[in-house]
Amino acid sequence: MVLAAAAGPAPVNDILTVTDGVIGLAWLIPVLPALGFVLVLVAQRWLAARAAYLGIGAAVAAFGLSVAVAWQVIAAPATYLRPLPRWIEVGTLSVGFDLLIDQLTVVMLLVVTGVGLLVHVYSVGYMLGDSRFARFFAYLNLFLASMLILVLGSNLLTLFLGWELVGLSSYLLIGFWFEKRAYATAAKKAFITNRVGDVAFMVAMFLAFATLGTLDIVAIVEAAPTLTSSVAFTLVLLLLGGAAAKSAQIPLYVWLPDAMAGPTPVSALIHAATMVTAGVYLTVRLSPVLVQSVDAMTIIAWIGASTALLAALIAIRQDDIKKVLAYSTVSQLGYMFIGVGVGAFREGIFHLVTHAFFKGLLFLAAGSVMHALANETDLWRMGGLRKVMPVTFATSTIAWLAISGVPPFAGFFSKDQILTEAYLHGYGGVYLVGLFGAVLTAFYMTRWYVMVFLGPARHADGVHPHESPASMTIPLVVLGVLSAIGGLVLNPVHSGPLYRFLAPVSGDISALGYTPVGPLGEPQLIAISIVAVGIGITLAWLAYARRDLSRGRLVDPVRGPLAEVMERRFLVDEAYEAVFVTFGTRVARALTWVDRRIVDGAVMGSGAATLATGRLARRAQTGMVRSYVTVMIVAVALLLALAVGMVVR
Amino acid sequence: MGPITLTIVTPLIGALLLALAPRARERDVRALGLGVSLATFASSLWLLSRFDVANPDLQLAESATWIPSIGARLAFAVDGVSLVLILLTTFLMPLILVASWRSVQDRFVGYTAAFLVLQAAVIGVFATTDLLLFYVLFEFTLVPMYLIIGIWGGAGRRAAAVKFFLYTLAGGLLMLVGILYVHAQTGTFDYLAIRDAVVSGRLVLSAAQQTWLFAAFLVAFAVKVPLFPVHTWLPDAHTEAPTGGSVFLAGVLLKMGTFGLLRYAMPLFPDATIAFAPWLIGISVVGVLYGAIVALMQSDVKRLVAYSSVSHMGFVVLGTFALNDIATTAAVVQMVNHGLSTGALFLLIGFLYERRHTRMIADFGGLAKQVPVMAGLWLVVSMSSLALPGLNGFVGEFPILLGTFATNRAAAILAAFGAVLAALYLLWAYQRIFHGPLETEANRTTPDLTRREIVVMAPLIVLIVAIGLYPGPLFDLVGPSVDRVLAEVAAVAGGVR
Repeated sequence: MVLAAAAGPAPVNDILTVTDGVIGLAWLIPVLPALGFVLVLVAQRWLAARAAYLGIGAAVAAFGLSVAVAWQVIAAPATYLRPLPRWIEVGTLSVGFDLLIDQLTVVMLLVVTGVGLLVHVYSVGYMLGDSRFARFFAYLNLFLASMLILVLGSNLLTLFLGWELVGLSSYLLIGFWFEKRAYATAAKKAFITNRVGDVAFMVAMFLAFATLGTLDIVAIVEAAPTLTSSVAFTLVLLLLGGAAAKSAQIPLYVWLPDAMAGPTPVSALIHAATMVTAGVYLTVRLSPVLVQSVDAMTIIAWIGASTALLAALIAIRQDDIKKVLAYSTVSQLGYMFIGVGVGAFREGIFHLVTHAFFKGLLFLAAGSVMHALANETDLWRMGGLRKVMPVTFATSTIAWLAISGVPPFAGFFSKDQILTEAYLHGYGGVYLVGLFGAVLTAFYMTRWYVMVFLGPARHADGVHPHESPASMTIPLVVLGVLSAIGGLVLNPVHSGPLYRFLAPVSGDISALGYTPVGPLGEPQLIAISIVAVGIGITLAWLAYARRDLSRGRLVDPVRGPLAEVMERRFLVDEAYEAVFVTFGTRVARALTWVDRRIVDGAVMGSGAATLATGRLARRAQTGMVRSYVTVMIVAVALLLALAVGMVVR
Repeated sequence: MGPITLTIVTPLIGALLLALAPRARERDVRALGLGVSLATFASSLWLLSRFDVANPDLQLAESATWIPSIGARLAFAVDGVSLVLILLTTFLMPLILVASWRSVQDRFVGYTAAFLVLQAAVIGVFATTDLLLFYVLFEFTLVPMYLIIGIWGGAGRRAAAVKFFLYTLAGGLLMLVGILYVHAQTGTFDYLAIRDAVVSGRLVLSAAQQTWLFAAFLVAFAVKVPLFPVHTWLPDAHTEAPTGGSVFLAGVLLKMGTFGLLRYAMPLFPDATIAFAPWLIGISVVGVLYGAIVALMQSDVKRLVAYSSVSHMGFVVLGTFALNDIATTAAVVQMVNHGLSTGALFLLIGFLYERRHTRMIADFGGLAKQVPVMAGLWLVVSMSSLALPGLNGFVGEFPILLGTFATNRAAAILAAFGAVLAALYLLWAYQRIFHGPLETEANRTTPDLTRREIVVMAPLIVLIVAIGLYPGPLFDLVGPSVDRVLAEVAAVAGGVR
């Protein structure tokens, strides 16, 4: 019944080329924050703390313009193209800075600039007193500009420009406190892991261009049905490679937990709410290509499911307030990929939006807690903050309920709709893994919530927790409201307003021949979800809320060899280290030896040439210094003679 | 006197003035060197203004008799490719000289004169249309460069200078044999006449002849590029060369190799070009990856950048022999980009060396806190070198790979991994030098860039960003000339994609 409403011919957008009105001005959305970046960076000494106003001003302007653009698209739905100057034009390759604005763009614009603005405001309080306060706002503006280029670009290469620039911003912000070696290493790891994904993304562009002769998104989407199944399969998997790096999916998720080295507002904005969702955006943007290869989509679904499960298991045994949230982010991104893989593109975007609300909120709340506890991050040294930090506590409660999937909070609707679609589209295994992941999510988030806020205080003596300043609590409240009602307002039923709004940009799955796993309908599936969440919350509540946690991690009820492996993150980092770093270093060292001894040696004729060189060098030493003036004069004379010959000819 | 002649003669006049006044005060030498190099740059801009972008052929020809008995002439003309390389040369020269004001205390007169002579010779290499003159100038560039390394270089400069000299001289000699053979076949050194004869079919060289001739030219140019496996002179030369020498070497001299391939080896021996292309693509890919991997293991930052040049020039040769308008045009653009990025990187390394008298990466650490301006510029240049979109390296590298993919998928995919490796070695070096705690006294007292040094870097940074975001004019300048070369190869040999 609910599905029936979604059936019928899919609405199609008209494609309008527009240069005036608010669409005509949309280029200012990324350009204003970019200007903010340059200005703050150049004038950081002079601006000092005033840099925040400039940074926030740029974010406000970008948000305001985004709202205006959204208004236009809601009032007159269409795919708007805003032509801008060319970027790279050579041979048949012609790429411009043109903007593509449709329903999906609008959703992304509002999330990015909205959460972005809140994080800018929050940072005023959080970063106060930092020696590089101004530069922080410059980098935030750079990130905003980059992310906006990413979502506005009308071709894959401009999208890639934003894609790489968010990578640079992420590098700069993870390594913001670069004095710590570990932080600098985390920044580098993030950049390089993403570069691996970039190779896949670039090859995807090569393949798209070689096959379709264009990198233009609209053109690629239109031509998608002409792709052969093997090209479509390869293309989608290559795109997945790029998306998996940016959106922290198996096997390229390892950089994201380390990225928590960055200041907490950065974790909220970049490493939870926006940048890491770029892979989801990319795959949904190209969903008409995805539907050409159901095999590739199945792989995406399983990558998402495995990531959701693996990261949730790891999150259960993390003791760092941000690491739990980081693995949770990896896991939730896994759900978005499940959505994309099972053909629930719009549900994936819906979860992207609600996740931006509640995960952004959770990170900002974590920052508020760290702020109050003198940068304490160990969950075992928290607790008892319920009374001292009422706003942080209340908003965190909402976020906890939202991410756990308790109705009617935002996360319930979006996660449940993804799981329902997995079931109805015949992905039984993915559904079960996702359902089990939902139990785990409720479990680890309840553990987190209990350990941070409830019970008696466990923090060190001499620390006096206090509620954060208004610049930090106001963003918490805004996100709290959105996490509470976001789901209900946006898409309370399967074919709700957001679902219908996104219809024209979503790949058509009607030809994929999905059949449900079994006889269950949506109401039963919802009931099962709620039971799963109830089990997770109850178990964690029993395990942590009713126990004396003051003796530290030794009393953690989740123990045994498996827990040990979970705590050590399934040894994935160690395995990567062994394979890539150790082995790679060996290869590089061997090649370097070859270069010195063999390549150089062979070409120089090894022994003989070495001797000759030595002899010549000795002669040169004595003779050269004295004769250099002579040589120079002869040379000059020679060349001048040539030149004069030309002039007087 | 036409613009080409003026651009060549101006630095020579400067060198002559310096040669006449070897005891001039340093201040005057500085002023003269800067003035002359700026005048040369202005002259090259005049050349640009006279150039007809739409015309793909060599233009603005000037010529005079030189050795009438064998028909060798002082003949010059430029197309888009030679023009951008001339502009790169004249643009870098004032920066090199100003950057050397403090670092070169000893015999600055000779240093300046050597660079001006070198500049004139290199512009001649890019502009001449006489095969014999090309050879003479191509080899002559060795002399001033040899002196620059051998006199103003580091501790191991003698051996490095000799290695550089012998290595490249040996390569060039084979080319001379090739040029003389062509002369014997055609009776002229006039490149335009020979090229037209080849294109029109009046001169038909057999496959075997072409193979040998192409190989002879290739050896000379491959050493210069330098292409794997004849690259090992480069790290030594860079390590021992003074900063200015490294900038000029990486920025301009290496391009004589890729320029020569495009200008001479390809149009004159089209069948051999087609036959050699897959092999050269293979060698280039090996060079891209090999140079990058070996760069990872370097402890001297200058050696690291030298090996990165081997990798990056591999991209240029890859694009050139993809024989595809996108890749080959981008390869020329990438010559310019590599000159700017690597030149900028060597300047920064030089500035750091002047402060610390060491280039060992392990001696540094935490400098970003102490020298934020240098750290920021270093990061921009590193990002340019690792081809971050929005900066110049990307607009060359991406179309090279995109175009190559059409010709040879495996090569494009393998070379794309060069982008990962570039991030590895550049960010590794950056982290070790600039990140982490400020632990040693030497690091804690390193001063940031001076105003003069910032002025030297500024034009490079501006171009790195400008080309990255608006490369159109550069592509427009070289596109028609490259298309013409490809069309010439195709006309004779066919099979160009």
